[in-house]
Amino acid sequence: MFKDITIGQYYPADSLIHKLDPRVKFVGTLIYIISLFVFHTWGYVLGTVFLFSVIRLSKVPLGFMLRGLKAIWILLIFTMVLNLFLTQGTVVWQFGILHITREGIGTAAKMGIRLVYLIIGCSIMTLTTTPNKLTDAMESLFRPLRKVHVPVHEIAMMMSIALRFIPILMEETDKIKKAQMARGADFESGNVIQRVKAMVPILVPLFVSAFRRANDLALAMEARCYHGGDGRTQMRPLVYQSRDLAAYAVLLAYLAAAIVLRAVLHW
Amino acid sequence: MSIRLDHVTYTYSPGTAYEMHALKDVSLELPDGHFIGIIGHTGSGKSTLIQHLNGLMRPTSGHVYFNDEDIWGEKYDRRNLRFHVGLVFQYPEYQLFETDVITDVCFGPKNQGLSEEDRMKRAEEALRQVGVDESLFRKSPFELSGGQKRRVAIAGVLAMNPDVLVLDEPTAGLDPMGRDEILGTVAGLQKQRGITVVLVSHSMEDVAEYVDQLIVMNHGEKAFDAPPREVFSHYKELEKMGLAAPQMTYIMHALKERGLDVDVHATTIEEAEESILHALGRK
Ligand SMILES: Nc1ncnc2c1ncn2[C@@H]1O[C@H](COP(=O)(O)OP(=O)(O)O)[C@@H](O)[C@H]1O
Ligand SMILES: [Mg+2]
Repeated sequence: MFKDITIGQYYPADSLIHKLDPRVKFVGTLIYIISLFVFHTWGYVLGTVFLFSVIRLSKVPLGFMLRGLKAIWILLIFTMVLNLFLTQGTVVWQFGILHITREGIGTAAKMGIRLVYLIIGCSIMTLTTTPNKLTDAMESLFRPLRKVHVPVHEIAMMMSIALRFIPILMEETDKIKKAQMARGADFESGNVIQRVKAMVPILVPLFVSAFRRANDLALAMEARCYHGGDGRTQMRPLVYQSRDLAAYAVLLAYLAAAIVLRAVLHW
Repeated sequence: MSIRLDHVTYTYSPGTAYEMHALKDVSLELPDGHFIGIIGHTGSGKSTLIQHLNGLMRPTSGHVYFNDEDIWGEKYDRRNLRFHVGLVFQYPEYQLFETDVITDVCFGPKNQGLSEEDRMKRAEEALRQVGVDESLFRKSPFELSGGQKRRVAIAGVLAMNPDVLVLDEPTAGLDPMGRDEILGTVAGLQKQRGITVVLVSHSMEDVAEYVDQLIVMNHGEKAFDAPPREVFSHYKELEKMGLAAPQMTYIMHALKERGLDVDVHATTIEEAEESILHALGRK
């Protein structure tokens, strides 16, 4: 179940990208996304080279990166088709009211590349960083927002708990579903109403167990004197190493190159 | 009604970093009317194995036959198979969902398409056989104690009148008394109904007393498949697999080593007592 969603699926490997500070990877992903919208035409060559270099460095098989695309391919095709037929400009092909323009082809291609690269870029981050490290990074990066009373720590804690529980609850759903199937439950046939009704034997035990787990966790946290973020320190605080600073430098150079390409050369 | 596994292999998440060969080339036969024990350390593939028996899992390679029919054959009705091979999962109490006990037990028979009247008859019979008191029939399953919930869940499978009853660690998390009660109930059921029972456990003491055939799993492979006394005589190998023979086996072997002519195959306290008394010439 949900096997195709790579986002949130850590791929363990011993690589430079895996070792980077999660904050670098978070910022890097943002910079990469920004660069995708800066590029106009030939700039995408730079984006491609950068993307594939990082993939090589990460030692994650390309297949895993592409798996994330399965979740969005309908959106991808939809976007490209709309752009292809609805863009005004020099007509190169016409059939009734349908027409394709030179500009349409360009926009469709650009949109397609942007979407694909965006998903792959995010997949690199989630495949090389454990969800817990990612929430640590966000907590650390958004800490300044506490000044304006955003409960940064609490949000990060909720996120890491949710992330921790997603696989557990998915496994539980699978187990309950099988247990009911063993009693002859049928989830596949029938009309919509019958199918929704067939979910009750799964949902009731699932909620009961989710509440039980939440209760246990709250108790365990209280037993260890958890009282929110104030004054709380970390067992493994995030500390920048020299390789992280080097990575920031590379990222800045990349962003600068992207902007120069666009602003000066109009690529 | 026999079940046969033919060179069954099962791999979780094949082709990923999390690939896990949970079953490796397992072949076995579960003959009619027997009481069969499956035993192995945690993670040895017991739960994976039994989910193949009623078609909840599909072998990565190999075949599963029920009455000599391949259950993954093209037109095979696996939903119907599940009424014949009743599977009780580990911690089955987590699958209860109805507002009262008896309606929950009726879920299986209802899926079989039985009439209201027949369902109730089946449910009442099953509940009585597992020792749930009539006064609890109309209570919410969530109000019951852990042991009672488990009985209700077992009744939920039993009410389908399966020919084969498979139980995955039915005693997990119960106190010694609850454990003995559940095992006694299951053994009683097997005799009373004459059905095949497959009992999964990681404790030799659980199964030693009851089973006719004992299958030992080790790292996804079938290590032994024989009557229990024969398996226990390999107690040194069992230890290497993180298992232990029943305590009596150790005592009898120790006595034999010290020169007392006892039967080393005795596994229960009663058998041991008789054999020791006999050896001492008191009988
Ligand atoms: N859903 C799953 N996904 C991946 N691996 C699993 C899954 N379920 C079990 N495993 C693995 O398969 C092996 C056998 O598990 P299981 O059949 O549950 O063993 P047992 O019931 O004997 O404890 C274990 O190593 C376990 O980690
Ligand atoms: Mg198990």
